[in-house]
Amino acid sequence: MASLTFLIIEDSPTMRQLIRFALNRIPGAEILEASDGVDGLKKLSSNNVDLILTDINMPIMDGLKLVSLVRSNEAFKDVPIIIITTEGAMEDRERAMALGADAYITKPIQSTALLSTVKELLKL
Amino acid sequence: MSIQDTEEKGKKTEHLERGEEFLEMFRKGQEFTQDLLKENERLRFQVVHLEEVVKKELEAPDSGQQSSMSKDLSEKLGQYEVRLSELKSRLSEVEAENVDFAQRYIDVEEQNNNLANLYVASFQLHSTLDYQEVLQIILEIIINLIGGEIFAIYLRDEKAKTLNPEAAEGVAISDVLRIPLGEGVIGQAVLANESYFNDNPSEDLAELYTNPLVCIPLTIQDDVIGAIVLFQLLQQKVTFAPVDFELFTLLAGHAATAIFSSRLFTESKRKLSTYQGFLDLLSK
Repeated sequence: MASLTFLIIEDSPTMRQLIRFALNRIPGAEILEASDGVDGLKKLSSNNVDLILTDINMPIMDGLKLVSLVRSNEAFKDVPIIIITTEGAMEDRERAMALGADAYITKPIQSTALLSTVKELLKL
Repeated sequence: MSIQDTEEKGKKTEHLERGEEFLEMFRKGQEFTQDLLKENERLRFQVVHLEEVVKKELEAPDSGQQSSMSKDLSEKLGQYEVRLSELKSRLSEVEAENVDFAQRYIDVEEQNNNLANLYVASFQLHSTLDYQEVLQIILEIIINLIGGEIFAIYLRDEKAKTLNPEAAEGVAISDVLRIPLGEGVIGQAVLANESYFNDNPSEDLAELYTNPLVCIPLTIQDDVIGAIVLFQLLQQKVTFAPVDFELFTLLAGHAATAIFSSRLFTESKRKLSTYQGFLDLLSK
Protein backbone atom coordinates (compact mmCIF):
# COMPACT_ATOMS: atom_id res chain seq x y z
CA MET A 1 0.00 0.00 0.00
CA ALA A 2 1.29 3.48 -0.89
CA SER A 3 2.13 5.67 2.08
CA LEU A 4 -0.34 8.33 3.20
CA THR A 5 0.75 11.57 4.83
CA PHE A 6 -1.43 13.05 7.55
CA LEU A 7 -1.01 16.51 9.05
CA ILE A 8 -2.27 16.95 12.63
CA ILE A 9 -2.69 20.61 13.60
CA GLU A 10 -3.45 20.76 17.32
CA ASP A 11 -2.03 22.82 20.19
CA SER A 12 -2.55 20.06 22.77
CA PRO A 13 0.28 17.48 22.85
CA THR A 14 -2.15 15.08 24.52
CA MET A 15 -4.56 15.24 21.59
CA ARG A 16 -1.77 15.07 19.04
CA GLN A 17 -0.50 11.86 20.62
CA LEU A 18 -4.00 10.38 20.79
CA ILE A 19 -4.72 11.17 17.13
CA ARG A 20 -1.28 9.82 16.16
CA PHE A 21 -2.12 6.60 18.00
CA ALA A 22 -5.31 6.20 15.96
CA LEU A 23 -3.70 7.06 12.60
CA ASN A 24 -0.78 4.70 13.17
CA ARG A 25 -3.24 1.85 12.69
CA ILE A 26 -3.41 2.73 8.98
CA PRO A 27 -0.62 0.84 7.18
CA GLY A 28 2.03 3.14 5.75
CA ALA A 29 0.76 6.23 7.58
CA GLU A 30 3.26 9.10 7.83
CA ILE A 31 2.27 11.67 10.41
CA LEU A 32 3.29 15.31 10.61
CA GLU A 33 2.43 17.51 13.59
CA ALA A 34 1.91 21.24 13.98
CA SER A 35 0.88 23.15 17.10
CA ASP A 36 -0.98 26.02 15.42
CA GLY A 37 -2.42 27.14 12.08
CA VAL A 38 0.67 28.98 10.86
CA ASP A 39 2.93 26.03 11.63
CA GLY A 40 0.35 23.81 9.92
CA LEU A 41 0.37 25.88 6.71
CA LYS A 42 4.18 25.75 6.60
CA LYS A 43 4.18 21.97 6.89
CA LEU A 44 1.38 21.71 4.33
CA SER A 45 3.42 23.73 1.82
CA SER A 46 6.58 21.68 2.25
CA ASN A 47 5.00 18.20 2.20
CA ASN A 48 2.67 16.19 0.04
CA VAL A 49 -0.20 15.91 2.52
CA ASP A 50 -3.12 13.55 1.89
CA LEU A 51 -5.36 14.62 4.77
CA ILE A 52 -5.45 17.39 7.38
CA LEU A 53 -6.82 16.97 10.91
CA THR A 54 -7.16 20.27 12.74
CA ASP A 55 -8.46 21.71 15.98
CA ILE A 56 -10.41 24.99 15.95
CA ASN A 57 -9.23 26.76 19.10
CA MET A 58 -5.50 27.29 18.70
CA PRO A 59 -3.05 30.14 19.30
CA ILE A 60 -1.70 32.36 16.48
CA MET A 61 -4.13 31.04 13.84
CA ASP A 62 -7.30 29.11 14.58
CA GLY A 63 -8.60 26.13 12.67
CA LEU A 64 -11.39 27.95 10.81
CA LYS A 65 -8.98 30.52 9.39
CA LEU A 66 -6.71 27.67 8.38
CA VAL A 67 -9.56 25.88 6.57
CA SER A 68 -10.49 28.99 4.58
CA LEU A 69 -6.83 29.60 3.60
CA VAL A 70 -6.33 26.00 2.52
CA ARG A 71 -9.53 26.00 0.46
CA SER A 72 -8.59 29.25 -1.27
CA ASN A 73 -5.21 27.86 -2.32
CA GLU A 74 -5.36 26.10 -5.69
CA ALA A 75 -2.61 23.66 -4.71
CA PHE A 76 -4.38 22.37 -1.56
CA LYS A 77 -8.06 23.01 -2.23
CA ASP A 78 -8.81 19.31 -2.70
CA VAL A 79 -6.98 18.04 0.41
CA PRO A 80 -9.63 16.58 2.78
CA ILE A 81 -9.91 18.36 6.14
CA ILE A 82 -11.29 16.90 9.37
CA ILE A 83 -12.09 19.30 12.21
CA ILE A 84 -11.59 17.85 15.71
CA THR A 85 -12.90 20.21 18.35
CA THR A 86 -14.61 20.66 21.70
CA GLU A 87 -17.15 22.99 20.04
CA GLY A 88 -20.29 20.87 19.82
CA ALA A 89 -22.83 23.53 18.82
CA MET A 90 -24.59 23.03 15.49
CA GLU A 91 -23.73 26.54 14.31
CA ASP A 92 -20.01 25.82 14.83
CA ARG A 93 -20.33 22.66 12.77
CA GLU A 94 -22.25 24.43 9.99
CA ARG A 95 -19.71 27.25 9.91
CA ALA A 96 -16.79 24.85 9.59
CA MET A 97 -18.50 22.83 6.87
CA ALA A 98 -19.45 26.00 4.99
CA LEU A 99 -15.80 27.08 4.99
CA GLY A 100 -14.84 23.81 3.33
CA ALA A 101 -14.20 21.21 6.03
CA ASP A 102 -15.07 17.66 4.98
CA ALA A 103 -15.88 16.23 8.41
CA TYR A 104 -16.51 17.53 11.92
CA ILE A 105 -15.73 15.42 14.98
CA THR A 106 -16.29 16.58 18.54
CA LYS A 107 -14.06 15.74 21.51
CA PRO A 108 -13.66 13.47 23.33
CA ILE A 109 -12.89 11.39 20.25
CA GLN A 110 -13.32 7.66 19.68
CA SER A 111 -10.41 6.31 17.62
CA THR A 112 -12.73 3.93 15.73
CA ALA A 113 -14.99 6.81 14.65
CA LEU A 114 -11.97 8.90 13.65
CA LEU A 115 -10.48 6.04 11.64
CA SER A 116 -13.73 5.32 9.86
CA THR A 117 -14.04 9.01 8.88
CA VAL A 118 -10.44 9.06 7.61
CA LYS A 119 -10.97 5.87 5.58
CA GLU A 120 -14.21 7.20 4.14
CA LEU A 121 -12.60 10.48 3.00
CA LEU A 122 -9.56 8.72 1.51
CA LYS A 123 -11.72 5.91 0.09
CA LEU A 124 -9.55 3.27 1.76
CA MET B 1 -78.51 -104.27 -65.87
CA SER B 2 -79.33 -101.42 -68.09
CA ILE B 3 -77.26 -98.47 -68.96
CA GLN B 4 -79.59 -96.31 -66.92
CA ASP B 5 -79.06 -98.46 -63.82
CA THR B 6 -75.38 -98.34 -64.33
CA GLU B 7 -75.43 -94.52 -64.49
CA GLU B 8 -77.56 -94.32 -61.35
CA LYS B 9 -75.17 -96.63 -59.54
CA GLY B 10 -72.26 -94.50 -60.66
CA LYS B 11 -73.96 -91.32 -59.37
CA LYS B 12 -74.64 -92.93 -55.96
CA THR B 13 -71.02 -93.92 -55.66
CA GLU B 14 -69.97 -90.41 -56.53
CA HIS B 15 -72.32 -88.98 -53.91
CA LEU B 16 -70.99 -91.39 -51.32
CA GLU B 17 -67.43 -90.45 -52.05
CA ARG B 18 -68.28 -86.79 -51.77
CA GLY B 19 -70.13 -87.40 -48.51
CA GLU B 20 -67.14 -89.24 -47.19
CA GLU B 21 -64.89 -86.32 -48.16
CA PHE B 22 -67.26 -83.89 -46.49
CA LEU B 23 -67.34 -85.94 -43.32
CA GLU B 24 -63.61 -86.15 -43.32
CA MET B 25 -63.37 -82.38 -43.69
CA PHE B 26 -65.92 -81.92 -40.92
CA ARG B 27 -63.98 -84.21 -38.61
CA LYS B 28 -60.81 -82.34 -39.27
CA GLY B 29 -62.62 -79.05 -38.61
CA GLN B 30 -63.95 -80.49 -35.36
CA GLU B 31 -60.53 -81.63 -34.30
CA PHE B 32 -59.06 -78.20 -35.19
CA THR B 33 -61.79 -76.44 -33.26
CA GLN B 34 -61.11 -78.69 -30.26
CA ASP B 35 -57.39 -77.94 -30.51
CA LEU B 36 -58.15 -74.22 -30.63
CA LEU B 37 -60.35 -74.51 -27.58
CA LYS B 38 -57.61 -76.41 -25.73
CA GLU B 39 -55.05 -73.79 -26.70
CA ASN B 40 -57.43 -71.06 -25.64
CA GLU B 41 -57.89 -72.77 -22.30
CA ARG B 42 -54.13 -73.11 -21.86
CA LEU B 43 -53.52 -69.44 -22.72
CA ARG B 44 -56.26 -68.30 -20.38
CA PHE B 45 -54.67 -70.33 -17.65
CA GLN B 46 -51.30 -68.69 -18.36
CA VAL B 47 -52.85 -65.22 -18.33
CA VAL B 48 -54.45 -65.94 -14.99
CA HIS B 49 -51.13 -67.23 -13.69
CA LEU B 50 -49.22 -64.19 -14.94
CA GLU B 51 -51.80 -61.88 -13.46
CA GLU B 52 -51.31 -63.58 -10.13
CA VAL B 53 -47.52 -63.22 -10.43
CA VAL B 54 -47.83 -59.53 -11.30
CA LYS B 55 -50.28 -59.05 -8.50
CA LYS B 56 -47.84 -60.70 -6.09
CA GLU B 57 -45.00 -58.56 -7.42
CA LEU B 58 -47.07 -55.43 -6.92
CA GLU B 59 -48.11 -56.48 -3.45
CA ALA B 60 -44.49 -57.21 -2.42
CA PRO B 61 -42.27 -54.58 -4.16
CA ASP B 62 -39.35 -54.89 -1.63
CA SER B 63 -38.63 -58.35 -2.62
CA GLY B 64 -35.77 -59.41 -4.80
CA GLN B 65 -33.04 -57.27 -6.31
CA GLN B 66 -35.30 -54.24 -6.69
CA SER B 67 -36.12 -54.25 -2.98
CA SER B 68 -32.41 -54.63 -2.17
CA MET B 69 -31.55 -51.55 -4.23
CA SER B 70 -34.45 -49.68 -2.72
CA LYS B 71 -33.22 -50.60 0.74
CA ASP B 72 -29.70 -49.36 -0.07
CA LEU B 73 -31.07 -46.11 -1.39
CA SER B 74 -33.23 -45.67 1.68
CA GLU B 75 -30.21 -46.22 3.92
CA LYS B 76 -28.12 -43.71 1.93
CA LEU B 77 -30.97 -41.22 2.00
CA GLY B 78 -31.16 -41.65 5.75
CA GLN B 79 -27.38 -41.11 6.07
CA TYR B 80 -27.56 -37.97 3.91
CA GLU B 81 -30.41 -36.62 5.99
CA VAL B 82 -28.36 -37.16 9.16
CA ARG B 83 -25.33 -35.45 7.51
CA LEU B 84 -27.53 -32.57 6.34
CA SER B 85 -28.85 -32.16 9.85
CA GLU B 86 -25.27 -32.16 11.21
CA LEU B 87 -24.21 -29.56 8.63
CA LYS B 88 -27.20 -27.36 9.47
CA SER B 89 -26.32 -27.64 13.14
CA ARG B 90 -22.65 -26.76 12.40
CA LEU B 91 -23.76 -23.81 10.25
CA SER B 92 -25.82 -22.49 13.15
CA GLU B 93 -22.80 -22.88 15.44
CA VAL B 94 -20.52 -21.07 12.95
CA GLU B 95 -23.05 -18.25 12.59
CA ALA B 96 -23.26 -17.93 16.37
CA GLU B 97 -19.43 -17.92 16.53
CA ASN B 98 -19.34 -15.17 13.89
CA VAL B 99 -21.72 -13.03 15.92
CA ASP B 100 -19.59 -13.71 18.99
CA PHE B 101 -16.38 -12.79 17.12
CA ALA B 102 -17.97 -9.59 15.79
CA GLN B 103 -18.99 -8.62 19.32
CA ARG B 104 -15.52 -9.49 20.62
CA TYR B 105 -13.97 -7.37 17.87
CA ILE B 106 -16.11 -4.41 18.95
CA ASP B 107 -15.12 -5.03 22.58
CA VAL B 108 -11.42 -5.29 21.66
CA GLU B 109 -11.66 -2.06 19.63
CA GLU B 110 -13.24 -0.34 22.61
CA GLN B 111 -10.60 -1.72 24.97
CA ASN B 112 -7.90 -0.63 22.54
CA ASN B 113 -9.36 2.86 22.45
CA ASN B 114 -9.56 2.94 26.24
CA LEU B 115 -6.00 1.70 26.67
CA ALA B 116 -4.76 4.32 24.19
CA ASN B 117 -6.50 7.04 26.22
CA LEU B 118 -5.02 5.73 29.48
CA TYR B 119 -1.55 5.36 27.97
CA VAL B 120 -1.60 8.86 26.50
CA ALA B 121 -2.84 10.33 29.79
CA SER B 122 -0.19 8.52 31.81
CA PHE B 123 2.57 9.32 29.29
CA GLN B 124 1.71 13.01 29.20
CA LEU B 125 1.40 13.32 32.99
CA HIS B 126 4.97 12.06 33.46
CA SER B 127 6.45 13.78 30.40
CA THR B 128 7.58 16.87 32.31
CA LEU B 129 8.71 18.08 35.73
CA ASP B 130 7.55 21.62 35.07
CA TYR B 131 4.77 22.36 37.55
CA GLN B 132 2.73 24.63 35.25
CA GLU B 133 3.06 22.18 32.38
CA VAL B 134 1.81 19.37 34.60
CA LEU B 135 -1.25 21.43 35.56
CA GLN B 136 -1.83 22.24 31.87
CA ILE B 137 -1.60 18.55 30.94
CA ILE B 138 -4.16 17.64 33.60
CA LEU B 139 -6.51 20.27 32.19
CA GLU B 140 -5.96 18.90 28.66
CA ILE B 141 -6.69 15.36 29.75
CA ILE B 142 -9.96 16.39 31.38
CA ILE B 143 -11.00 18.47 28.33
CA ASN B 144 -9.88 16.14 25.55
CA LEU B 145 -10.20 12.67 27.01
CA ILE B 146 -13.07 13.06 29.48
CA GLY B 147 -14.98 15.94 27.88
CA GLY B 148 -15.04 18.35 30.84
CA GLU B 149 -16.11 21.94 30.17
CA ILE B 150 -15.98 23.59 33.60
CA PHE B 151 -13.65 22.16 36.22
CA ALA B 152 -10.89 23.06 38.66
CA ILE B 153 -7.82 21.57 40.30
CA TYR B 154 -7.63 22.23 44.03
CA LEU B 155 -4.58 21.72 46.25
CA ARG B 156 -4.74 21.15 49.96
CA ASP B 157 -3.33 23.83 52.29
CA GLU B 158 -2.57 21.91 55.46
CA LYS B 159 -1.92 24.99 57.53
CA ALA B 160 -5.08 26.86 56.55
CA LYS B 161 -7.12 23.64 56.41
CA THR B 162 -8.52 24.67 53.06
CA LEU B 163 -8.61 23.53 49.45
CA ASN B 164 -7.20 26.27 47.22
CA PRO B 165 -7.92 26.47 43.48
CA GLU B 166 -4.68 26.00 41.54
CA ALA B 167 -5.95 25.79 37.95
CA ALA B 168 -9.35 26.01 36.27
CA GLU B 169 -10.99 25.64 32.89
CA GLY B 170 -14.24 27.19 31.69
CA VAL B 171 -14.21 29.63 34.58
CA ALA B 172 -11.78 32.31 35.79
CA ILE B 173 -9.69 30.96 38.63
CA SER B 174 -10.50 34.08 40.62
CA ASP B 175 -14.17 33.01 40.55
CA VAL B 176 -13.40 29.62 42.07
CA LEU B 177 -13.69 29.81 45.84
CA ARG B 178 -11.49 28.28 48.50
CA ILE B 179 -13.19 25.43 50.27
CA PRO B 180 -12.66 24.69 53.97
CA LEU B 181 -11.76 21.03 54.54
CA GLY B 182 -14.79 19.00 55.57
CA GLU B 183 -17.28 21.56 54.27
CA GLY B 184 -19.72 20.81 51.50
CA VAL B 185 -19.53 17.93 49.06
CA ILE B 186 -15.97 18.76 47.96
CA GLY B 187 -14.54 19.36 51.45
CA GLN B 188 -16.10 16.16 52.77
CA ALA B 189 -14.92 14.03 49.81
CA VAL B 190 -11.33 15.22 50.31
CA LEU B 191 -11.41 14.74 54.08
CA ALA B 192 -12.84 11.23 53.67
CA ASN B 193 -10.55 10.47 50.71
CA GLU B 194 -13.51 9.16 48.75
CA SER B 195 -14.44 9.96 45.17
CA TYR B 196 -17.81 11.63 44.70
CA PHE B 197 -20.06 11.10 41.68
CA ASN B 198 -23.32 12.99 41.37
CA ASP B 199 -25.99 11.06 39.47
CA ASN B 200 -28.50 13.91 39.69
CA PRO B 201 -26.68 17.15 38.90
CA SER B 202 -28.59 20.34 39.58
CA GLU B 203 -29.49 22.54 36.63
CA ASP B 204 -29.45 25.58 38.90
CA LEU B 205 -26.34 27.63 38.02
CA ALA B 206 -26.22 29.00 41.58
CA GLU B 207 -25.46 25.46 42.78
CA LEU B 208 -22.92 24.73 40.02
CA TYR B 209 -19.81 25.22 42.17
CA THR B 210 -21.22 23.70 45.35
CA ASN B 211 -22.88 20.69 43.74
CA PRO B 212 -20.27 19.27 41.35
CA LEU B 213 -20.63 16.32 39.01
CA VAL B 214 -17.43 14.65 40.17
CA CYS B 215 -14.86 15.17 42.89
CA ILE B 216 -11.70 13.05 42.71
CA PRO B 217 -9.27 13.33 45.65
CA LEU B 218 -5.63 13.39 44.51
CA THR B 219 -3.78 10.92 46.68
CA ILE B 220 -0.21 9.77 47.21
CA GLN B 221 -0.44 6.57 49.18
CA ASP B 222 -3.00 7.62 51.82
CA ASP B 223 -2.27 11.34 51.79
CA VAL B 224 -4.73 13.57 49.96
CA ILE B 225 -2.88 16.49 48.37
CA GLY B 226 -5.84 18.01 46.58
CA ALA B 227 -8.77 17.26 44.27
CA ILE B 228 -10.02 17.50 40.72
CA VAL B 229 -13.56 18.83 40.71
CA LEU B 230 -15.69 18.64 37.57
CA PHE B 231 -18.68 21.00 37.47
CA GLN B 232 -19.95 20.64 33.91
CA LEU B 233 -19.40 18.47 30.83
CA LEU B 234 -19.18 19.57 27.20
CA GLN B 235 -22.63 19.78 25.61
CA GLN B 236 -21.97 16.77 23.34
CA LYS B 237 -20.86 14.66 26.32
CA VAL B 238 -24.16 13.30 27.59
CA THR B 239 -22.92 10.81 30.13
CA PHE B 240 -19.74 9.22 31.47
CA ALA B 241 -18.29 6.23 29.65
CA PRO B 242 -16.62 3.33 31.53
CA VAL B 243 -13.20 4.60 30.43
CA ASP B 244 -13.90 7.94 32.13
CA PHE B 245 -13.95 6.22 35.51
CA GLU B 246 -10.66 4.51 34.61
CA LEU B 247 -9.26 7.93 33.74
CA PHE B 248 -10.51 9.37 37.04
CA THR B 249 -8.76 6.52 38.88
CA LEU B 250 -5.59 7.11 36.90
CA LEU B 251 -5.72 10.85 37.58
CA ALA B 252 -6.29 10.28 41.29
CA GLY B 253 -2.89 8.60 41.56
CA HIS B 254 -0.79 9.73 38.62
CA ALA B 255 -1.87 13.39 38.61
CA ALA B 256 -1.13 13.53 42.33
CA THR B 257 2.41 12.16 41.93
CA ALA B 258 3.01 14.34 38.86
CA ILE B 259 1.91 17.46 40.74
CA PHE B 260 3.87 16.49 43.86
CA SER B 261 7.10 15.60 42.06
CA SER B 262 6.99 18.65 39.80
CA ARG B 263 6.46 20.90 42.86
CA LEU B 264 9.40 19.25 44.62
CA PHE B 265 11.52 19.60 41.51
CA THR B 266 10.58 23.28 41.07
CA GLU B 267 11.30 23.95 44.75
CA SER B 268 14.61 22.08 44.64
CA LYS B 269 15.61 24.02 41.52
CA ARG B 270 14.74 27.26 43.27
CA LYS B 271 16.68 26.19 46.38
CA LEU B 272 19.61 25.04 44.25
CA SER B 273 19.64 28.41 42.55
CA THR B 274 19.56 30.13 45.96
CA TYR B 275 22.38 27.97 47.34
CA GLN B 276 24.40 28.49 44.16
CA GLY B 277 23.98 32.24 44.52
CA PHE B 278 24.99 32.02 48.17
CA LEU B 279 28.06 29.94 47.31
CA ASP B 280 28.99 32.34 44.52
CA LEU B 281 28.70 35.18 47.00
CA LEU B 282 30.95 33.36 49.52
CA SER B 283 33.55 32.44 46.92
CA LYS B 284 33.95 36.05 45.76
